[in-house]
Amino acid sequence: MTDETLAEREPLQGVSGDAIGPRTPIALDQLIHERVRLGIVSALAVHPSLSFNELKSLLALSDGNLSVHARRLEAAEYIACTKSFDGRIPRTEYSLLPLGREALERYINHMEALIQAVRQE
Amino acid sequence: MRLHKSAPQPATPPVALHDRALNDLRFIRETMERAGAFTAVPGWGGVLMGALALGAAVLAGQQTTAEQWLFVWIATAVLAVVVGAVAIVRKAYHAGMTLFSAPARQFALGFLPAVLAAALLTPALVSLDAHARLPGVWLLLYGAGVTTGGAFSVRAVPLMGLCFMLLGALALFSPAGWGNAFMAAGFGGLHIVVGAIIARRYGG
Repeated sequence: MTDETLAEREPLQGVSGDAIGPRTPIALDQLIHERVRLGIVSALAVHPSLSFNELKSLLALSDGNLSVHARRLEAAEYIACTKSFDGRIPRTEYSLLPLGREALERYINHMEALIQAVRQE
Repeated sequence: MRLHKSAPQPATPPVALHDRALNDLRFIRETMERAGAFTAVPGWGGVLMGALALGAAVLAGQQTTAEQWLFVWIATAVLAVVVGAVAIVRKAYHAGMTLFSAPARQFALGFLPAVLAAALLTPALVSLDAHARLPGVWLLLYGAGVTTGGAFSVRAVPLMGLCFMLLGALALFSPAGWGNAFMAAGFGGLHIVVGAIIARRYGG
């Protein structure tokens, strides 16, 4: 089972994010719940920008895999993509946008709240 | 007779949500630490250290005794350590990293033994009146430390280390009078060029 299908199937309950009741399902951000996209956003959170090749080697991804996931994050305006030329070599740089940073912070808060809720049970 | 029909068993056991949450948080932290390797080396700090070294090379060239020459370089090294340490702390703080993160520990473990060796070899060579070999030893060992410490960093860092080692090797077998020029090229030029690249591309 891939992470994405796992994320889509699991009903998330018991996480109180923003004054949500203890058994209220929360709308977890499916976009960054997926491992590759979570990795992209996490890496960009500690860096003003990373090139396509740096992200690829950091997360051990293929070109196609990184492109597909980066495009989904771009479409959601979580990350920005800048294309330029370094001499005659094309260079693609990614950076985290405010929406993406907020989404990562919200996701971390949700995960911490979930762990806290389980510990209190 | 009633037949009990057992429910189909899932192919894989379900993942407990809190386990998944713990895994996710661990994954985020580890990814940030690995990405932090790109940012751990301070670019602007390197440029400033390079500028100090260029000034020291000029000053050292004007000294008349070996002791004065040694004092200039050791004082500059102490100043550069302070500048480098402040730059590392500032960069780690701005990146939301701690100084005890895995990349920082890896860099320290790779970098410090070679620098410690250089620190011990300095008084040994001075006692043999072999001041002329000091630039070669310093450049070579500093380069070895940067190469091993920066092995997991961006490519520019270990490449800079190798360039230091190359300059050190040349300095070891060159005339004594070229020592300041090699020091200026290495601790000055390489720090400024690579520092500027890191500052521009890797977050300051």
